[in-house]
Amino acid sequence: MNSLKRIFAIFWRQMLLLKGNPFRPLNLFYFSALELFLWGVLSVYLDRVAGSDLNFAALILGTVIMSSFMSRVVFGVSASFLEDVWTRNFINLFSSPLSLQEYILGFVAVSIVESSVSLGFIALLAWILLSYSIFTFGLLLIPFAAVLFVFGLAVGILATAVVLRFGPSAEMVVWSIPPLLAPFSAVFYPLAALPLFLQRISFFIPATHVFEGMRAVVRTGTMDMRELVVGFVLAVLYCIAAYFFLYRSYRSVLRRGTFARFATE
Amino acid sequence: MGTEKILEVQNLRKVYNDVIAVDGVSFDIRAGEIVGLLGPNGAGKTTTIDMILGIVEPSGGSIRVFGKDFARHRSEILSRVNFSAVYAHLPGNTTVRQNLTIFALLYGVSRIRERIAALLKEFNIEKFARVRTGFLSSGEQSRVHMAKAMLNEPRLLLMDEPTASIDPSDSAIIREKIKAYAAGAGAGVLWTSHDMYEIEEVCDRVLFISHGKILLEGNPRELPAAYGKKNLEELFIAVAREPLSLARL
Repeated sequence: MNSLKRIFAIFWRQMLLLKGNPFRPLNLFYFSALELFLWGVLSVYLDRVAGSDLNFAALILGTVIMSSFMSRVVFGVSASFLEDVWTRNFINLFSSPLSLQEYILGFVAVSIVESSVSLGFIALLAWILLSYSIFTFGLLLIPFAAVLFVFGLAVGILATAVVLRFGPSAEMVVWSIPPLLAPFSAVFYPLAALPLFLQRISFFIPATHVFEGMRAVVRTGTMDMRELVVGFVLAVLYCIAAYFFLYRSYRSVLRRGTFARFATE
Repeated sequence: MGTEKILEVQNLRKVYNDVIAVDGVSFDIRAGEIVGLLGPNGAGKTTTIDMILGIVEPSGGSIRVFGKDFARHRSEILSRVNFSAVYAHLPGNTTVRQNLTIFALLYGVSRIRERIAALLKEFNIEKFARVRTGFLSSGEQSRVHMAKAMLNEPRLLLMDEPTASIDPSDSAIIREKIKAYAAGAGAGVLWTSHDMYEIEEVCDRVLFISHGKILLEGNPRELPAAYGKKNLEELFIAVAREPLSLARL
């Protein structure tokens, strides 16, 4: 029971921060909306000039929306963690009964709320502005979202572990990982468009399997479910590995005694 | 003062690369006892406190709190421990009440609303309840941190220069509160300060630490005379400047 209270405390602090400043909730929508608008207009233009049967909008918008969902999951963990870096809150938090697992589970709860709200808003915006409905994927949306959510957590935990291990100067890792993954995870183009050696690397990115699956559904109405299984297994393995790295980073901070002077690292 | 040992520290060591910060420190604190940990800057006081709080891992030795090994019962022990320190403030971007609520949840406090209302009143910070903590002066923030330190009615309270940024009037009030609390709740208190008047007034026993080792231990009102010094401040200066000569006495 007390463990649940501690997880809730971590979650609630982030919700209070969201409520306390009008610019913070804007962060949940701003970049996703901008990206949707950019790719939406581009795909409408391409549909018009190409004049073929290929539906660019249907091919791209779904993956763009789900990619922004994954980014929100990443930031739900890593940006929440940065709040405690910026406010030098580690001594207070880790001298309380809070455990590392509870701390991260609090951020997982933040990720669930923030990514769901963001996805709902962007899906609505796509429907209103571009007459595109993400719900055309039907029940397949659930496994798609599940793989991206677990992989997003893995990336968020990894970024958190890097900042914990190397100090606040490694903060750019938090912001740079999602855009770094995009070109290699077949968000905007099929995997086949990449050189062969990059395709091999992309295979190990769980999001690739989701985005390839989404494109297959748009083109053929069906997809190879093994793609999703591979993506999910990879995402779970990365999540476990990322948490292990985070735990090692935490132990390293305790050994080096840097919680007390974390901001100067 | 009771006989129950609240804190037992045995041969505690902390080594950073080749720098020895704490070198085989041993002491205990009994129920209702206020122990002063004194020493010059860099002597190892804060590192010792950080190890007891679990935010620095010892290189050697053991810490037992309420008779239990800290390393094995961390969460259970920390739910009955708390601290206040001059260098630790609560997050500035949430209000005083929000901060206290979050930490009440973390410490598993029951009847949170009533507990916070009582502490806001006790530390005279009711008028700041809805103010973001970062807007408060450092003295006001210290009082808020004191309120946080009392949230879970700790049986072990660690105070690292808790009154360093508080004016003399409020300092006196806080000293009285902590003394009364330790006696009433049977809590053990470890208190560091550079204000020797404060130490003499508050502490039942003091430990002088220098270069990571405890050099002297005793009653703060009797110790200076035993070492041929007029008062605790003179003794402190001697420890800071000539620790080896005192260690030989």
